[in-house]
Amino acid sequence: MPHHTGKAANMAFSEEVTSRHGGETLTSCYQCGTCASSCPVARLDSSFNPREIIKLSLLGEKEEVVSGDAIWQCCSCFNCQERCPQNVEIADLIYALRNIALEAGHSPNIYSDFASALIDEGRIVKISKFVESKRGEYGLPPLKPVGIEDLNKILAATGFTKPEKTEATK
Amino acid sequence: MKRYAIFLGCTIPARQPNYEVSARKTLEKLGVELVDLDNFTCCCPPPIQSINLESAQAVAAYNLCLAEEAGLDIVALCNGCFESLAMANAALKKDKKLKAHINETLAKVGKEFKGTIEVKHFLQVLMDEIGLEKIREKVVKPLSSLKVAPFYGCHSLRPSKLLQLDDPERPTIFENLLDALGAESVEYRDKLKCCGGLLKGISDETALSLARDKLVKTSKAGADCISTLCPFCFVALDIGQLQVKAKFKEVYDMPILHFSELLALALGVDPEELALRSHKVKADKVIEKIA
Repeated sequence: MPHHTGKAANMAFSEEVTSRHGGETLTSCYQCGTCASSCPVARLDSSFNPREIIKLSLLGEKEEVVSGDAIWQCCSCFNCQERCPQNVEIADLIYALRNIALEAGHSPNIYSDFASALIDEGRIVKISKFVESKRGEYGLPPLKPVGIEDLNKILAATGFTKPEKTEATK
Repeated sequence: MKRYAIFLGCTIPARQPNYEVSARKTLEKLGVELVDLDNFTCCCPPPIQSINLESAQAVAAYNLCLAEEAGLDIVALCNGCFESLAMANAALKKDKKLKAHINETLAKVGKEFKGTIEVKHFLQVLMDEIGLEKIREKVVKPLSSLKVAPFYGCHSLRPSKLLQLDDPERPTIFENLLDALGAESVEYRDKLKCCGGLLKGISDETALSLARDKLVKTSKAGADCISTLCPFCFVALDIGQLQVKAKFKEVYDMPILHFSELLALALGVDPEELALRSHKVKADKVIEKIA
């Protein structure tokens, strides 16, 4: 059982999570473990356990949750969320934890690439000129323009920031 | 003729002309008109939701507004696009407070979410607009010699509360459609388990293990091919076989075909027209069985 940092810290982090979009249902968890037993990643990798992530969040172990690798191992399959008897929205909760982690400067480098592509191209996978030029050959209509200006205004208005890559793995 | 706004997303136009060609040809052949709208952007799937959930939802809502303005329902081919857009649509229709909040952002680009359209998965459009019986009637090359392992992926089904495509634990829509084409659906273990696609670049080992598991279990069940509904599942299982071969020295030679490709073949579309070159594991075995 990890060392925890007192009641005030627990409450502060729980409140931070439940006040976030996606994190609202955190405190309904009663630690039954249905999530962990439904999780395809946990079956392969015993270091990943969604129940444990929720427990640490409830205990106020913010540093361990947001700077650790665990929250990034979720495959977003929603099995856990589908089956949770307490209606904890676990996959959404993990997004909320990732959002908090990113604000604190922690994330795998690939997220920086996703953000760049979204901001620059309006798509998270770039379409090469070569592939675009092939569309006619396949009988596909030309691609329509992307609403990139509107997209960037929306990103700015909602506080979207591109995560920085960390030196170690750049 | 029913008209839909076709939502291509990113991965399909970037990498899978085979999905787009077969989806367009089949829907048009079955009497659904597809409209390409200006200004659709990325749907903002889990990788973007992981960065900023609110931004992702607002961008999804922006795309919904474009279809609302055109007065068209959306057909999404990719499970990821379907999930992002259908989830946002359902959540915003249900939650007035959330709608008001997102509309404050959308006002900055002159948009307002009203909640007047539906977002449907490719399979739902087939069911709602054409139906199993009509599809059965239009089949000219029944897939009767083919054992197909249907693979739903995750985001066609879950979270079911918002997506409502089918029963999330015992879905039948895909199997019923395969049956209408004359194919035999193969049951296999862990059919509804994730392909691992979203863990690529983050946890490659886990991602590949999940894909391999799918290949092991469909092979064991005697499938001639796996059929997918999502470009990420397709990549995980198709290109995934090259990676499994390199890492585990195992060769499955399991063709992966999108459901739309099987549908096109059954409706008599010439395989030459289907951009099958996009497949790393060649689909020749499947084509031969149908011919």
